[in-house]
Amino acid sequence: MSRIDLNKIDYMQYDVLREIGNIGAGNATTALSQMINTKIDMKVPNVELLEFKNLPDIVGGAEKIVVGILFTLQGSIDGMMMFMMDKPASRHLVNQLLGDNLKSEADKFNEMELSALNEIGNIIAGAYLSSLSGLTNLVITSSVPYMAIDMAGAILSVPAIEFSKIGDKALLIETEFGDDLKAVNGYFILIPTLESYGAILSSLGL
Amino acid sequence: MNEMIKVGMADLNVCVSPNAITTLGLGSCVGIVLYDPGKKIAGLAHIMLPDSTKIMNNGNKAKFADTGIEELIKRMVEIGADRRALVSKIAGGAQMFAFSNNSDIMRIGERNVEATKKILNELRIPILAEDTGSNYGRTIEFYPETGQLLIRSVGNERKIL
Repeated sequence: MSRIDLNKIDYMQYDVLREIGNIGAGNATTALSQMINTKIDMKVPNVELLEFKNLPDIVGGAEKIVVGILFTLQGSIDGMMMFMMDKPASRHLVNQLLGDNLKSEADKFNEMELSALNEIGNIIAGAYLSSLSGLTNLVITSSVPYMAIDMAGAILSVPAIEFSKIGDKALLIETEFGDDLKAVNGYFILIPTLESYGAILSSLGL
Repeated sequence: MNEMIKVGMADLNVCVSPNAITTLGLGSCVGIVLYDPGKKIAGLAHIMLPDSTKIMNNGNKAKFADTGIEELIKRMVEIGADRRALVSKIAGGAQMFAFSNNSDIMRIGERNVEATKKILNELRIPILAEDTGSNYGRTIEFYPETGQLLIRSVGNERKIL
């Protein structure tokens, strides 16, 4: 199995990981777009090796309030997958999904809206992971969605702590998406363990 | 304008009045403030894990409760703090997600807090105040001038400890 050294990732490996982000997020974006019947574009994925202290910057700062939906991954790929949106985007998404009668401008989400958000997370993470699984022929099992609405730094501390057990930096594949009006935008973040990076690269012949 | 010194995740720094020191968005990590009230010198560490001896790759001292506190004391003494005068205030160690399985990740916040308290007790550094546990993130600011620790969180009143 190929091994990956965090400090010596070559261009080829970067490209492959970026392509994984591209395909996974592409499928997830399509699923999201169909769900709310709106055109959603995604940006070119970033594969970044970040020091922990810079981690929250990728989503706009440690104190930015976001909705984070986290999945733990098991199987041939271990790690975490996170779907993050800021609060106005989540509100917009929930309103789109629940329809006119249930529209709300409230700052807090009620029980039903939270459940809808969880389901949105479930469907798009499913789309991301199944395309990844199809591409690599690896079995990936994901947990139920875990949701938190809080400061980005606090939410990201959970995957960061997992990564901190093996190194001082986190390697992540991050893809930003959004619609034309900037009403819905957010991030997919895939954080496999180091061994899982090896498994992904090996499965693709690297 | 006095300076607000920022401490990131797995990071630590020291600060002398009238400046203040802060760390943003503490989740399951713990923010440890050490303070010499006489000299008005403070230090803040944002630790991620309880114990450096359980981890192979433990080069970054600020990442762990044990080595983080040790390094913080060293840095504070270097700029004139009195080791025996040190007191502490701690915050963080939340459980951000309600994980259903009883795994390690689930209890990491709690374990960080436990380890921090144990080490501070061993070093005979009194813990004057704490705001730990629960399920929300915290931003903390410490003012060596007054010894006050300000805690902000989403959906809660700001606290002063």
